[in-house]
Amino acid sequence: MALKKWEEIKKDIVENQVWKAIFRHGYEDTPRNRVLMVTANVFLHLHPAKVRRHGVRMRFTWCMGGLTFLMFLVTVVTGIYLMFYYRPVAEYAYADMKYLEFDMPFGMLMRNMHRWAAHAMVVFVWLHMFRVFLTGSYKPPREFNWIVGVLLLVLTLLLSFTGYLLPWDQLSIWAVTVGSNMARATPLLGHEGPFADFVGANPIYDARAFLFGGGEIGPHTLLRFYILHCIFIPMVASILMAVHFWRIRRDGFSGPSL
Amino acid sequence: MAEATQEKKNVGPVDDKVHTWPHLVRLEFLVALFVLVMLSLWSLMIDAPLEEPANPTRTPNPSKAPWYFLGLQEMLVYFDPWHAGVVLPSLIIVGLMVIPFIDINPKGNGYYTYAERKYEILTFFLGFHVLWVSMIIIGTFFRGPGWNLFWPWQHWDPHKVVALTNVDLPYLLGFRDYWLSAAFGLFCVVAYFVAGIGIFYVWVLRVKGKDFMERWGPVRFAITAFLFVTMLSLPVKMILRLAFNVKYILVTPWINI
Repeated sequence: MALKKWEEIKKDIVENQVWKAIFRHGYEDTPRNRVLMVTANVFLHLHPAKVRRHGVRMRFTWCMGGLTFLMFLVTVVTGIYLMFYYRPVAEYAYADMKYLEFDMPFGMLMRNMHRWAAHAMVVFVWLHMFRVFLTGSYKPPREFNWIVGVLLLVLTLLLSFTGYLLPWDQLSIWAVTVGSNMARATPLLGHEGPFADFVGANPIYDARAFLFGGGEIGPHTLLRFYILHCIFIPMVASILMAVHFWRIRRDGFSGPSL
Repeated sequence: MAEATQEKKNVGPVDDKVHTWPHLVRLEFLVALFVLVMLSLWSLMIDAPLEEPANPTRTPNPSKAPWYFLGLQEMLVYFDPWHAGVVLPSLIIVGLMVIPFIDINPKGNGYYTYAERKYEILTFFLGFHVLWVSMIIIGTFFRGPGWNLFWPWQHWDPHKVVALTNVDLPYLLGFRDYWLSAAFGLFCVVAYFVAGIGIFYVWVLRVKGKDFMERWGPVRFAITAFLFVTMLSLPVKMILRLAFNVKYILVTPWINI
């Protein structure tokens, strides 16, 4: 009796217009549903409906590409949380870091996760490249996807590098100073680089000044890096990621020829 | 019926395919869960560093770039900034991008093999593990104040005195005239590339044969040879510096190499 009642309630929930508007197929384990699970879901349909058996195994993929993306998602989520409490202004930035660490609920945890996920993302993306090289997965027809991958690797480093400045402590400004000193030495475009005299590059008008928004690292640099870090580079990286995932979905995972 | 055709199209010549749901999604979920737990535990236990407020008038010694750029900073020991900081990184990026186009070996696509692509893997190993990663390790753990070498257990003495005994290669070989030195330096650099690319050519012919060289073509060969010889210039310069205290090979008012 009770069971029958339960079945009726279930039927009421599942068989009405609202439920059917959201869920297009049932959950029974049928081949049809297995395919629909992937193709009818905007997130899961990053995958093909079927994949070759060997391409699923961890000892083939190391899971590194997916984990790089996961680390990106972690930094997006924690990064948005941090953005609520952080002002990219030289007077406030450091104080906001302290505030975030000591007063905000889970502020320290969010900051830690953001930083360690960013470091992990760099490591994972390198390991992903190494794996793709070892399995020769860049070979035709996936040459262009490898190029997109190299660009994503560079963007990962730039994301991490621009974020490095934001705490506005000694570690960050000096690491960024050292890391961007090389822009001063760009041939032609940096004021300490070869042939700069011919172009007229000077300390406040050269490649590094363009990056910094001024001759020396300062408040202008902080705002510039903040915008690069939170908006510009994530946006470009997201577009390239979409291309990267789309391509691998169309070309299929690499594997030994059948 | 439509379903059946759909299935058939996906199967391919041999049906070794499995459904993404659940086989791949399940694995991804479990791995993501595991990594997120590890990341959370790590973040609970180890705090991100926060030093004293930024002070542009107080330069720490040593000033280190973020760890992933320390390979580049370490290269600054051996090359000038325009070369180590701009030209070589650009060549690394370009070199990575051209890999799919210079590697015409059809084998080893989609499975692990050393035997079928020995030289490709060895080259990648040299560039990535030996040069890039080990330079990062040296820059992170073995460089102290003044960018001097320290063992991890040694005290970072900011007053460590290191004799500046490096001299330019032409000077070392007895050249004292400025123009002669510059001409000799230029000769050395050009000779390095000409000889390097020549040796590379002979070596490829010997190892891979004439057929391969014809299929490879002059453009692919030239790009590969240039990038490979440029990559080797780093260990060459390191040996010249560490063994013979050579500072520069080519000295001009504009560029030094």
